[in-house]
Amino acid sequence: MKFEAPGAAYSLKPAAGTTDWAGRLGRPARPVEACEKPGSVYILKKPAAGDNIQDVAATTRKAARTTERYMTNRAEVYDVAIIGAGVCGANIARKLSQYELRVALLEKEIDVSLGTSKANSGIVHGGFHDNKKYLKARLELKGALMFERLHEELDFPFERCGIVVVALHEDELRTIEQLYLQGVENGVIGIEMCSRERMLELEPKLSPDTMGGLYAPSGGIVEPYRFVFSLVESARKNGVDLITEFAAALARRKDDEWILTALDGREIRARYVVNSAGLFADTLSKAFGAEDFTIKPRKGEYYLLDKMTRAKPNRVVFPVPTAVSKGMLIIPTVEGTVLIGPTASAVEDKEDFSTTRQELEKILQSARIMIPSISETDVITSFAGLRPTCGEDFIVELSAKVPHLVQVAAIQSPGLTASPAIGEYVKDLLKKDGLRLVEKPDWDPYVDKVRRARDLSPWELDEMVAKDPAYGDIVCRCERVSEAEIVQAIRAGHSTLDGIKYVTRAQMGRCQGGFCAYKIIKILMRETGMSYEEVTKRGGGSYVLRGEL
Amino acid sequence: MKQLKFDAVVIGGGAAGMSAAAELRSRGYSALVIEREEELGGILLQCIHNGFGLIEFNEELSGPEFAQRIEERAVALGIETLCGTTVLEIRREGGFNVVYGVSSKHGGLRVEARAVVLAMGCRERNRGNIRIPGSRPSGVYTAGLAQRLVNIDGYLPGKDVVIIGSGDIGLIMARRLSWSGCKVHGVVEILPYPSGLTRNIVQCLEDFGIPLYLSHLTTNIRGKDRVKAVEITPVENGAVRFDKSFEIPCDTVLLSVGLVPENELSRGLGVEINPATNGPWVDSRLMTNVPGVFACGNVLHVHDLVDYVAEEARRAGACAAQWLAGDSPSRELRLKTGSNVRYLNPAKVDPDRENKIYLRSMVVKNSAVLEVRMDGKVVKSLKKAHVQPSEMLSLTLGPKDFADPGQMSANQAVQVEIAIV
Ligand SMILES: Cc1cc2nc3c(=O)[nH]c(=O)nc-3n(C[C@H](O)[C@H](O)[C@H](O)COP(=O)(O)OP(=O)(O)OC[C@H]3O[C@@H](n4cnc5c(N)ncnc54)[C@H](O)[C@@H]3O)c2cc1C
Ligand SMILES: Cc1cc2nc3c(=O)[nH]c(=O)nc-3n(C[C@H](O)[C@H](O)[C@H](O)COP(=O)(O)OP(=O)(O)OC[C@H]3O[C@@H](n4cnc5c(N)ncnc54)[C@H](O)[C@@H]3O)c2cc1C
Repeated sequence: MKFEAPGAAYSLKPAAGTTDWAGRLGRPARPVEACEKPGSVYILKKPAAGDNIQDVAATTRKAARTTERYMTNRAEVYDVAIIGAGVCGANIARKLSQYELRVALLEKEIDVSLGTSKANSGIVHGGFHDNKKYLKARLELKGALMFERLHEELDFPFERCGIVVVALHEDELRTIEQLYLQGVENGVIGIEMCSRERMLELEPKLSPDTMGGLYAPSGGIVEPYRFVFSLVESARKNGVDLITEFAAALARRKDDEWILTALDGREIRARYVVNSAGLFADTLSKAFGAEDFTIKPRKGEYYLLDKMTRAKPNRVVFPVPTAVSKGMLIIPTVEGTVLIGPTASAVEDKEDFSTTRQELEKILQSARIMIPSISETDVITSFAGLRPTCGEDFIVELSAKVPHLVQVAAIQSPGLTASPAIGEYVKDLLKKDGLRLVEKPDWDPYVDKVRRARDLSPWELDEMVAKDPAYGDIVCRCERVSEAEIVQAIRAGHSTLDGIKYVTRAQMGRCQGGFCAYKIIKILMRETGMSYEEVTKRGGGSYVLRGEL
Repeated sequence: MKQLKFDAVVIGGGAAGMSAAAELRSRGYSALVIEREEELGGILLQCIHNGFGLIEFNEELSGPEFAQRIEERAVALGIETLCGTTVLEIRREGGFNVVYGVSSKHGGLRVEARAVVLAMGCRERNRGNIRIPGSRPSGVYTAGLAQRLVNIDGYLPGKDVVIIGSGDIGLIMARRLSWSGCKVHGVVEILPYPSGLTRNIVQCLEDFGIPLYLSHLTTNIRGKDRVKAVEITPVENGAVRFDKSFEIPCDTVLLSVGLVPENELSRGLGVEINPATNGPWVDSRLMTNVPGVFACGNVLHVHDLVDYVAEEARRAGACAAQWLAGDSPSRELRLKTGSNVRYLNPAKVDPDRENKIYLRSMVVKNSAVLEVRMDGKVVKSLKKAHVQPSEMLSLTLGPKDFADPGQMSANQAVQVEIAIV
């Protein structure tokens, strides 16, 4: 099957001076006409004789959603193109969707939030870990306060459960006091120093060796990927174009515009560009001929424990931090499971999300020092995330070397907490750089709330089934996810097993898909018209089935 | 909201659920079986191989044939069924057990029942449970999911396969995939002996020349998008020999590393769980700590053979019927797990009738003896040519095994212990 590119300007000649993209462009770009896979902005040729009509129809449906608007305006120049749909890019996109602007959100993966924003601790930090001299501390403090409102508008799981920091030795109490003073200085509300007795009253499962600690009631937890999905949904609802599988590779200036070329040759034109490409922000910066910095990945590994674990604390439990890290935590997630970790180890490969036996052992050991009842039999899965590190602080600034580029780089912890404030901050930087901001009169901050079988009583579920019978088919038994929710996720554009998992939680519970994966595969095939060979775990070569009997 | 009333509700329509319901019906009680899937049969439906029914029907059947036999019997006896219906919750309301469910056909469902039989089966342990480090590519499946995909949906999960764990499902899948043109490169087992039945080792591995790596740990799974290889490390005298690790290239990893009873519903109701089985604690009637709530089949403890499941489920049905009739044992004795015994099920006996007890050994042993001791005195012993953890054992204890019942009723604290020596 062949696809036709929408625009004419598909030459792949980088302008003089633009840097190559990590050597990846070394291989010849595939001629656009020969692309087998529909990137989100390709349109299909009219089916030729011999083409399987079914396939053509299916791929068209798949590509249609994201393509629609882009297609009709393909000659247009975006006001802002945001590279990277992690939590930063998503917040920036949603913020900009409030204004009369044409905004494109570009993501190299098949879905949003598959980078660092997917695998982290999901904590809305308490504002006492860092000194206000750092930009990251100021953005954290501001961002943390924005979550209630966002939660109200965007329907993602969030809870202010509070944070405790546990001192297990006399000398750790000194650090606790410093954290307390820093918290007070930072204006953290309700922060308190705790005696041993107070700590054990707050968290009875803590080790009897607890000497005392710190309590910050304003700390919270979110489901980070659901946060990103909601932000992106809201941004799209307000006119932002999401273009997935667009791996920005080259950038050149022409007529006061940036022309961005993706690995597959597609191009996007924009007046302003935001580089929020996470771990790859350094390579992109070079592609723009902008600042030269290096992002070093630092891996954090986790164990996820079953909801049934008896070791679940009421609040996020931190050890006393060291100079280099906040240490390994015990986190009661919004969905009732418990996360322990993360470790911290420098790695080379930015795509290496593997976990290692040694690191995982460390997690169990150090978590048990704080809560001794943690058991390895409660482990349902392990995973790793990569912190994009570069120096001590975030880089959120206008490029000093090239025009109209905002760098949003080195967003390590507390990037998730700070991200709503980063959205505002970037908007201000763009304004300072001459972008005209006119508020949209009809901006709608709300997304449609998805009714989830897990949150409904049998009586409420009965009412839902009357409206949509698919609510009565429970596909994922561990997390109680109905077919209706899975279909809604697919129709919202999540077309991989992982995408559906992160949106709906199906396959995320104790059986990890053992019972429901085959059902989800079938629903995906039915809804999208994909053949079994096209079903993947998360795009690329992660196909799921290899043949028929 | 559909509202119903039954003498007994059975949750799960597998071998256990159908057998228990049939027994209740045959004793004159109304029984409703609620099954999540569109068809009755449970896990049997995907076990298209032979090897079922030798004890129950004296002939060798496939899983679906076995299921059909018990379904026909149960339906002939007049059990009611609701398929495509998921039970969401069981609650105690005013002395009744109330079962809440949902289906796309009927919407919400509320069933009042005096007795409830738990027969929800089990789930497979997965990669996270055994904590294999490495990357998280596609191509890692539990053996039962692969069995389902191949036998029912007709898809192959991959071509070059390594199976981790030597449980029966994995062994059977090794044969199934070999027949389907896949290459099975090996079965890796951490223990020094296989955990599946001996007949499956012979018929599924040896006959196909598939290597079995005993005392080998899977130490890594590699591959970014799709599995590329697994790293295997020998274990020698308890030490993991990383210096001797090697890789087996493959595109698919199947995990057959054990089953865990599915007791989320039971826990929600307040049923106490025995950590040794992950199933409910039950008394001599297979009744849990919640009055009127019984358990049988794989939800109670994982069985090797469906024939045992059917037997135990009939017993649960009969006991539920007796309970509905108001009968209860005048006294019960607690069983203690003695040396080398992982668990005993049930954990209590009624000394005034015959009791069937299933147990699992913790050791591999030739010429072993199963010993029943009362207050230290051996009252019964059974010779076994061979015991091993993967093969379930059983014994019966009846009134004649309990000496001097008079003394016993006076002394409720009498200790009955079962050990393997
Ligand atoms: C182990 C760990 C624990 C953490 N815990 C917390 C916490 O508890 N609280 C907290 O506040 N913060 C925490 N953080 C930090 C937080 O997760 C990050 O700061 C945040 O997710 C960064 O978001 P981002 O959008 O900058 O990056 P990302 O989420 O990585 O997004 C960047 C996106 O850009 C895309 N991209 C890359 N290159 C290109 C390209 N060329 N073209 C198009 N798209 C591209 C990527 O695919 C990706 O989707 C933690 C981080 C880690 C690793
Ligand atoms: C893969 C596999 C291969 C096997 N091979 C053999 C063999 O070769 N020979 C042999 O003799 N034995 C074999 N066995 C063992 C035997 O088949 C099983 O032990 C037996 O079938 C279990 O029956 P069950 O009724 O306890 O559980 P299941 O068959 O698992 O039935 C449980 C039922 O409960 C339903 N259910 C669960 N929760 C709910 C809910 N909330 N609401 C509604 N319904 C629910 C499920 O959908 C399922 O249908 C095998 C077992 C497995 C798992």
